[in-house]
Amino acid sequence: MSKRVTIDPVTRIEGHLRVDVEVDGGRVKKAWASGQMWRGVENILVGRDPRDAWAITQRICGVCTTVHAITSVRAVENALQLEVPVNAQYIRNMIMLAHATHDHIVHFYHLSALDWVDVVSALKADPKKAATLAQSLSNWNGNSEAEFKKVQEKLKGFVGTGQLGIFTNGYWGHPAMKLTPEVNLLAVVHYLQALEVQRYANKIVSILGSKSPHIQNLAVGGVANPLSVDSQSVLTIERLLAVKEWIEKLDDFVKNVYLVDVAAIGAFYADWTKVGKGITDYLCVPDVPLDSKGTQFALPGGYIEGGKLESYKPIKTFGDKYFTDGVSEAVKHSWYEYGAGDEKSLHPYQGETKPKYTDFQDNGKYSWLKSPTFYGKPMQVGPLARVLNMLAAGHEPTKKYATGALDLVSQIAGTKVGLDAMHSTIGRHAARAVGCAVQMDELKNQWDLLLANMAKGDLKTFNKPTFPKGEQMGVGFHEAPRGVLSHWVVIDSGKIKNYQCVVPTTWNAAPRNEKDAPGAYEACLLDNPVADPEKPLEVLRTVHSFDPCLACAVHVVDKEDNPVVTVKAV
Amino acid sequence: MRVVVLGIGNILLSDEGVGVRAVERLEEEYHLPPEVEVIDGGTCGMEMLDQLESLDALVVVDCVRHGKAPGTPILLKGDEVPVFFKTKLSPHQVSLSDVLASLEFEDRAPKYASIVGIQPASLDTGMELTPEIAAKVPELVAMAVAELRGLGLKVEEKA
Repeated sequence: MSKRVTIDPVTRIEGHLRVDVEVDGGRVKKAWASGQMWRGVENILVGRDPRDAWAITQRICGVCTTVHAITSVRAVENALQLEVPVNAQYIRNMIMLAHATHDHIVHFYHLSALDWVDVVSALKADPKKAATLAQSLSNWNGNSEAEFKKVQEKLKGFVGTGQLGIFTNGYWGHPAMKLTPEVNLLAVVHYLQALEVQRYANKIVSILGSKSPHIQNLAVGGVANPLSVDSQSVLTIERLLAVKEWIEKLDDFVKNVYLVDVAAIGAFYADWTKVGKGITDYLCVPDVPLDSKGTQFALPGGYIEGGKLESYKPIKTFGDKYFTDGVSEAVKHSWYEYGAGDEKSLHPYQGETKPKYTDFQDNGKYSWLKSPTFYGKPMQVGPLARVLNMLAAGHEPTKKYATGALDLVSQIAGTKVGLDAMHSTIGRHAARAVGCAVQMDELKNQWDLLLANMAKGDLKTFNKPTFPKGEQMGVGFHEAPRGVLSHWVVIDSGKIKNYQCVVPTTWNAAPRNEKDAPGAYEACLLDNPVADPEKPLEVLRTVHSFDPCLACAVHVVDKEDNPVVTVKAV
Repeated sequence: MRVVVLGIGNILLSDEGVGVRAVERLEEEYHLPPEVEVIDGGTCGMEMLDQLESLDALVVVDCVRHGKAPGTPILLKGDEVPVFFKTKLSPHQVSLSDVLASLEFEDRAPKYASIVGIQPASLDTGMELTPEIAAKVPELVAMAVAELRGLGLKVEEKA
């Protein structure tokens, strides 16, 4: 007999997501992903000055502040066909790459590792053995026996007080937890070290972005950082040297700890390379522009059909028609209505944001997320889509880190693990780590490019925008940590006439589309094992592997007399 | 001594952003001593770890749904602070509670923490506070000032 399990809210994510699954014979047979908040930010932007949009969209989400800000200025620049000085591109690129690195480290260690790592079991570990294992995998200087002992003692004290604090929402002792106490201890040690290291990424963002946690340096047409070789009040060589030092520290951690840990955990959970495949149509956009027009990119992007790298079709420039013509959004299963009827899907330039709430209807409307499609098909976006597209494009650094990671997994697992294993729940984690290593190389490269350009005497960071009479349309896209993000703006005589954000989590957590085809979460959950429907840890593993961020949807739909949290599972 | 006054909330959701609006006002209207840093935290979380570590005091200004009439202020101290973060569900508190829990584990939690809050009238989409909550912002600012003065800090209204 099938059993319905509702997880509401899914914890350790940003925002409010509900997931329903029907479980039969220990496997998921049907799944629904439902965004439980309303996103009405588009309506706020109508009538405003396009130059202010980035500062407003930065407020959509506390995790993706810079991400929305950068995408917004790109959209307005695209509408105006405005070029951006290369210095501004380099500075924006560094902010983006540092932010993405922060996001990936925090996601793996602080938001999703607890699905795989049993913190309580780490208490039983032999710290010497654990340190020896860690040293056999990496020469990171934080893998000493003394360090492992210290962390274990601290953990004992913490668990002894009966308060797990930050580790509260874990499924300790769940039968799906497979790591040895030593590997669990290794993960806890690195969890704490990751807390330290993520600060460097933040420091980079706040120095380059002029303020933290909300950056202030962006402008339509460039950045507001005056560059100088000596002045105290601006971005000086001295500050840039500090940035360089933080980049090196992050780089060390990403390549010698994060990438290694993901490979190790992946090898120990090899079963999970066969779970969570779902949608294998992968979309990503190129990013890290190298010229003022956005025609050359350090990181390629495109579309892969059915997981076949040879089907790769590139997206080449900002505003590429292949991308802009392909995107549309459906609301047949979403709590919105379209003027022309809910059976249609609309291109974002014609997008409408009119709420129409019903109850949760299994076969009707059940989510505040719209359902985006690319040429009529639901997509998977995010790190896996990114890495596969970059491999398909022949991007050398991606090849290097992907091959390195798969070789390490094969070595630990004692069996050959190939690229096919990436189309899975654990593969999404691996792809995120591989992508992060690629980003670190590019972050260093962007720093070099900025310094080299300044040395040539080019200190320009801004081109002033002018708004002609009449209507202009533009799209800004960004390969954000969670995947393809696009902002679509229609400007009429200097004022915003329409604005739509199509965000990565909307692609992945989408409900069924106008043809009733499921979104990526829903498809990837099919056939997931569920050992105990009361403790659906395995469902969370697959959902968390996407790094859900629902806050782009921000709106708490509770009423005072109606408790918001129906925690049916942690 | 290091003290942070942290305004949190989403300024796109009308009264949800009252904490941010209140700390903006605090900076505009008062001379604050150098020990005090005012942060517009928005809905951020782990990004603030650095700025919030090893504080002598943290004063959070936020919109708080505590079941009273809209505009009713509330001051939470001591044991009530963690309880507040565990029970209130909003897009931003999840991450701030993570930050505080992380700081706790690292022995870098603030020595003193309090929350100055107000019951919202509306959480609808919009960048303006509702008139009834906007009228209460001075009261909220005064409560934050009282908290700072209670810590022995010299806080004076600008002329």
